[in-house]
Amino acid sequence: MSDKNMPRSYDGPPDYRNVGLHGMSPKTTHDEKSRFNFLAHLNRHLASEILPGVKTAYETRVEPKNPFPNHRNQVRKALLEDSLFQHWSALRRGTMELRQQAGRWVTLRQANELNSKAAEMTKDDPRLVLDANLDIPKYLSSIDHHCMPGSYHDELVPGDVTGAANYDVGIFVTTGGGLGRFSDGGGQAVVQWMQKNRPDFAPKRILDIGGGLGQNVVPIAQAYPDAEVVCVDTGAPVLRYGLARAKSLGVENITFVQANAEDLSRFPDGHFDWVQSTMFLHETSVKAMPKIMKESHRLLAPGGLVMHVEQPQYAADMPLYEQAIRDWDAFYNNEPFWTKMHELDLDQWMVDAGFSRDELVHGGVAAVVDASLFPEHANDDVEDYGRKAAWHIVGGQKSDAVKEAAQ
Amino acid sequence: MTEAIDPLKLAGAKPKGKRPYFLKDPDVERVLAVTMALAQEVAVMRERLDTVERILEEKGTLSQSDIEAYNPPKPIAEARGSWTQEYLARVLRIYQQEIEALDNVNEPSSEDIGHELGAE
Repeated sequence: MSDKNMPRSYDGPPDYRNVGLHGMSPKTTHDEKSRFNFLAHLNRHLASEILPGVKTAYETRVEPKNPFPNHRNQVRKALLEDSLFQHWSALRRGTMELRQQAGRWVTLRQANELNSKAAEMTKDDPRLVLDANLDIPKYLSSIDHHCMPGSYHDELVPGDVTGAANYDVGIFVTTGGGLGRFSDGGGQAVVQWMQKNRPDFAPKRILDIGGGLGQNVVPIAQAYPDAEVVCVDTGAPVLRYGLARAKSLGVENITFVQANAEDLSRFPDGHFDWVQSTMFLHETSVKAMPKIMKESHRLLAPGGLVMHVEQPQYAADMPLYEQAIRDWDAFYNNEPFWTKMHELDLDQWMVDAGFSRDELVHGGVAAVVDASLFPEHANDDVEDYGRKAAWHIVGGQKSDAVKEAAQ
Repeated sequence: MTEAIDPLKLAGAKPKGKRPYFLKDPDVERVLAVTMALAQEVAVMRERLDTVERILEEKGTLSQSDIEAYNPPKPIAEARGSWTQEYLARVLRIYQQEIEALDNVNEPSSEDIGHELGAE
């Protein structure tokens, strides 16, 4: 392994040791870091070396036997009969399970320290608002999302944050470092979009719905330090961990509230200037989405913006093969609503929630990372479909009737 | 407070939601999963050995805490990353060959060619 005689230039995941540490970061041994390194590489290998072969297999031996499919499910079912797709899928599923085991081992072996630290850092802090009586909605309680045992809400002991810590340490592995030092490349991308497209926007109150442990809202709170920021999620462990994590990063303007985004009646109409969701809607349901969208519209102040960041929708011009591969996580990585969510007409849902067509906002963003250490979307030609760090924005800006009348 | 947590047992817990199997024989999928877990542990061991070598080369002595604290500078991290790529290419070689074969599905076998060459 002589670095003096490297046969080719390196293009791969950075070392896990580049991941940014904060006050809630679990401690990792040498070998635990090595395990994360291996798993990041394995994910990358499956995407860059084997998945292109699955496409060739589809074109050369699957499609000829199953011509003219008219839906992505037909493509997926035909692929399920192909041995290369079977092996790629078995390896991908197995890699996710190894990742969960590796992250859970790290966090559970130090559960006591992590839970005590979170308790100490959030004790009597009014910025942690928990609701022990909140019902976890079925779309979260019926399955463990992305094969993460206990999901965002289960507590192994009172005050548990180990599930949140596991989620935090594992993002590097699943994305091969694509989300940057603090796994916040999505949040940073949203900030960059806002500063470029709405340079004069000065929100006083910002709401992040389904914000989890707040990794994507922290950069927003940093970019708008005078704003009052609220992060809402149904899971107490992620909120506890999130407040402690944000504080340890010196971010003091976020309140973490345990609530269901379908019913945010605790906040009055027009309370927020910006309502944000980042990779959240696909973890809800077709019944929940209209309620979430109506709430978001109701909570928005005149002139304010709602922004939903998700993977691209399955538009008519997206090849059915691509749709079928993007659907993999829906069927085989416990993201059950992913498939339906990506075929919905989000514009129509925004209109049904109260926006007019000319208030709608669209955009595209890719993860913003420290490119000296982490792979950048712009320089990365490996297509990992639903896991690539590039997203679409579907949003709405409420017209400012008062301001317009005055002009 | 956390007596109830047994990390060894809980780390590998099954997530809620029935597990999909993809291969024609689920037993083969189980063996594949065990094989990849072992491949992971070999990579972990190899990185540890590399760390030991680098520290010894630089300092001539070694302690457990040196190993735990080791943070490779970028060129070394890239060399280690390159090794992992080579390693995965070796372990998963059979898939590379299968993918290459997709470009030539009517490729004759040695037996086919033998028949052809032996024909009068």
